[in-house]
Amino acid sequence: MENILVNKRNKIHPHKFALWAAMASITMMFGAFTSAYIVKQAAGNWLEFAMPVSFYISTLLIIISSVTLHISFSSFKIGNQSRYKSMLIVSLLLGVAFVIFQYFGWTELYAKGVDLKGNVSGSFFFLISGIHALHVIGGIAALIVATLHAYTLKFNVTEKRINRFDLVLNYWHFVDFLWIYLFIFLIISK
Amino acid sequence: MANVTIHEEDVLIREQGYDDHFHAHHHGDKYQTNFIFHYIFSMDHKIIARQFLITGIIWAIIGAAMSVVFRMQLGFPEESLTWIKPFLGKWIVVDPSTGIGKLAPEFYYALVTMHGTILVFFVLTAGLSGTFSNLLIPFQIGARDMASPFMNMLSYWFFFLAGIVMFYSLFLSTGPFSGGWVAYPPLSALPQASSGSGTGMTLWLVSLTLFVVSVLLGGINYITTVLNLRTKGMSLWRMPLTIWAFFVTAILGLLSFPVLASGFFMLIFDRSLGTSFFLSDIFIAGQALDRVGGSPILYQHLFWFLGHPEVYIIILPAMGIVSEVMAVHARKPIFGYRAMVYSILAIGFLSFIVWAHHMFMSGVNPFISNFFVVFTLIIAVPSAVKVFNWITTLYGGNIRLNTPMLFCIGFVSMFISGGLTGIFLGNSAIDIQMHDTYFVVAHFHIVMGVAAFFGMFAGIYHWFPRMYGRFMNETLGKVHFWGTIISAYAIFWPMHYIGMAGVPRRYFSFDTFDAFKHFTEMNKFITVFAIIAFFIQLVFVINFFYSIWYGRKMKTKNPWNATTLEWTTPIEPIHGNWPGNLPVVHRWAYDYNKDEREFVQQHIPLKEGEVGDH
Repeated sequence: MENILVNKRNKIHPHKFALWAAMASITMMFGAFTSAYIVKQAAGNWLEFAMPVSFYISTLLIIISSVTLHISFSSFKIGNQSRYKSMLIVSLLLGVAFVIFQYFGWTELYAKGVDLKGNVSGSFFFLISGIHALHVIGGIAALIVATLHAYTLKFNVTEKRINRFDLVLNYWHFVDFLWIYLFIFLIISK
Repeated sequence: MANVTIHEEDVLIREQGYDDHFHAHHHGDKYQTNFIFHYIFSMDHKIIARQFLITGIIWAIIGAAMSVVFRMQLGFPEESLTWIKPFLGKWIVVDPSTGIGKLAPEFYYALVTMHGTILVFFVLTAGLSGTFSNLLIPFQIGARDMASPFMNMLSYWFFFLAGIVMFYSLFLSTGPFSGGWVAYPPLSALPQASSGSGTGMTLWLVSLTLFVVSVLLGGINYITTVLNLRTKGMSLWRMPLTIWAFFVTAILGLLSFPVLASGFFMLIFDRSLGTSFFLSDIFIAGQALDRVGGSPILYQHLFWFLGHPEVYIIILPAMGIVSEVMAVHARKPIFGYRAMVYSILAIGFLSFIVWAHHMFMSGVNPFISNFFVVFTLIIAVPSAVKVFNWITTLYGGNIRLNTPMLFCIGFVSMFISGGLTGIFLGNSAIDIQMHDTYFVVAHFHIVMGVAAFFGMFAGIYHWFPRMYGRFMNETLGKVHFWGTIISAYAIFWPMHYIGMAGVPRRYFSFDTFDAFKHFTEMNKFITVFAIIAFFIQLVFVINFFYSIWYGRKMKTKNPWNATTLEWTTPIEPIHGNWPGNLPVVHRWAYDYNKDEREFVQQHIPLKEGEVGDH
C-alpha cells in the first residue's frame, strides 16, 4: 500500500500536505479564539494586566528550539550523525522547558490575583495559552518519538525517514509561529 | 457486442495505463486478511463508505422516529400516547384516573433537540459526505485509495464513538440535552438550567467534539487525496462535478469545524471550570448568579460561523451528486461545467460571510445586519446559476426516467421551493415577523433537509451497483420517490402559512393561544403526512437491505453507460481498485452524445482531429 503514495508527479509528499491542511484547521481555531477575544474586549468590563516575565523567557526558548531542530534536520540530511542527535535532544529539552515556563507564568498570574474564574480577560489568557500549550505537548510527543528513533534505529538517511522528520519539523515550526502570533496578539490587545 | 467493447477497454488500461508499481493481492493483503480487518476495522475506502452509509441509515431511522413522536404531540395533543410507553417509559406520563398518556414536555424538547442534532450532523454530514466522498473520490480521480487509509478508518471510528455517546445520552434518567440543536447558552452553559442541561449536555458536548475530530480527519484526507493522488491526465478541469463538490465541502469543514470546537471548549470551561465566557446577568429563582462579564451572543457568533458553512457542507455534496447523476441519465453533457464549478466555489466562499443572518433578532447591530443581508442575497446568484444549468441539462436530453433521475429532478424542485423562501428570510426586516416561526422550519427542511436527502437517495440508487454489485428494485424505488415527494410537500407547504401567521417553532402546545387555535386541522394534516413519510422511508430501507443480498446482479462493468472512472473497475471490487495499471485520463467527464458516439469514457484517447474537453 505504501506505493500508492509514491508518485513521482507529486511536488509535495501527501502526508506533508495533510499536515499543512491540519495546520490550517488549527489556525482557524486560534483565529476563532482571538476574534472572540477582540469582540469581548470591545464590549467592555475588561481587566488589564501585565504579561508575566516567564512568558518572555518561554518565547525565547521556543524560538531557539525551532532553530536547533532545523539544524538537527539539515545535519540529518547531510549525514552528520552526532550533530543530528545532540541538536534533537536540545530541541526536546527546550520544548519541555517552554511548557515549564508557561506554567511558571500561569502561577505568577495567579499570585497577582488574575485567575481563570475571574474577569473574562484572564479566562481568555489562560484558555488561549493553555490550549496552545496542549498543542506544544503534542509536538513534544512527536519529538520524543523522533529521539527514540534517533537512538534505537540504525543511522540511515532514507527518503522515508527524511519525510518523517520533515513532518515533525514542520509541526514544531508551526507551534512556534503560532505562539509568536499569540504572544504579540496578547501584548498588543491588552 | 457489449462484451467486445469491455474487452477493448481492459486492454486500454492494461497497455496504455499508468504504471504505479501496484501489485494486486488475490488472496487479500495485510489490510484484508480476515473478517475483522476486512469488514470492521477496514482501511479500504469502499468498505468505509458503506460503514458511513449504514450507520447514517440507522441514525436517520432514529431521528425520523423522534420527529413522528413530537409530530403526534403537535397534531393530536388530545390523543392518548400510552401505547408508546413501552418505548419511552417514564417520558409518557399516564394520568391514573383516565388512563390517558401524555408526552412529558421536557422530553418533547429533548426529542426536538436530538432530531436536529442527529439529522444535521450524523445523517446529512457523516452519512452523506462521509459515504460519497469515501466511495467516489478515489474511484473517480483514479487513485488506489485515500492518502491516509489509516486516518480514514479513524474518521469512521470517531464518528461511531460520537454516535455511541449520543445514543447513551438518550437513556439518561434526566434525559438527553433539550436546549435546541444549536445549544445556546445559558441553557447549555448552566447544568442547573433544565433537566437535560446536566449530564445530557455533557455527553452532547463529548459526542460532538468526537464528531468534529471525525470530520477533520476525513476532510484532511479528502483534500489531500483530491490534490495529490489524481491519476495521469486527470487535471482539475477534468474532474467530475461530484469531486469538485466533495473537495469544496471538505475545505468548508476543515475551516469551519475548528471554530465550532473553539466555542465548545469555551462552553466546557463555562460548565466545568467556572469561567464566564458566555454568562452574565442571570437570575435563577430570583437569585443573581455570581458569574458576570460574558456574552451569550459571542457563542452564537462562534456557532453560526460553523453553522452556516455547515448547511453548505450538507447541500454541496448533494448538488455534486445530482449534477453527475443527471448528466448520466439525461445522456447529455452537464450544461455549463465551468459555471457549475465557479458557482460551487462562490457558494463556498460566500458561506463564510453570512453567518449573522441567523442572528438578526439576537441583538446584533441592525446596521451590521445590512451587510449580512446583502451577502446572503448574493448567494441566490450562484444558486440560480446551478438551477438554470440543471434545467438546461434536462432540456432536450434523452432522459431515462429511473429512480436516480427522479430523485435528481425532485432535488431541483425542492431546491427551488426552499431557496425562494430563503430570499424572504435573508431580509432582516421581514425576519422580524418570520424569525423562529414554522416558516423557518419549512424553509430549512425543504432546502437542506429534503433536498439533501433527495441528492443522497439519487446517489444511493445510482451507485448501489458500484457498492454492492447489485441493483435496487426499481418499482419500490419509484414508490419511494413519489411517496416521499408528495408527503414532503404536504408536510412543509402548510408550514409556510402557519409560520407567516406567526406560530412559533419549538412550542410544546398551542392550547393557550387563541390566535393559533384555527391551525389545529392543519397540524393534524401535517402529522398524518409525517407518519406516511416515515413509513415510505421504510420501503427504501427494506429495498436497500434486500437488494444487498438478493437484488438483480450487475453483469457488466458499466451498467449506466457512464463516462467516469469508477465504472472501469472490476465488477467484484478489489483492494487498490484497478488490478493492473491505473487508467490514464484523456478527456473530461461529460462526453455524452459526442460526434455520433453515445458516450465516451474518460480513459479513451482522443481520435485524430477530435477536440477534447469542453
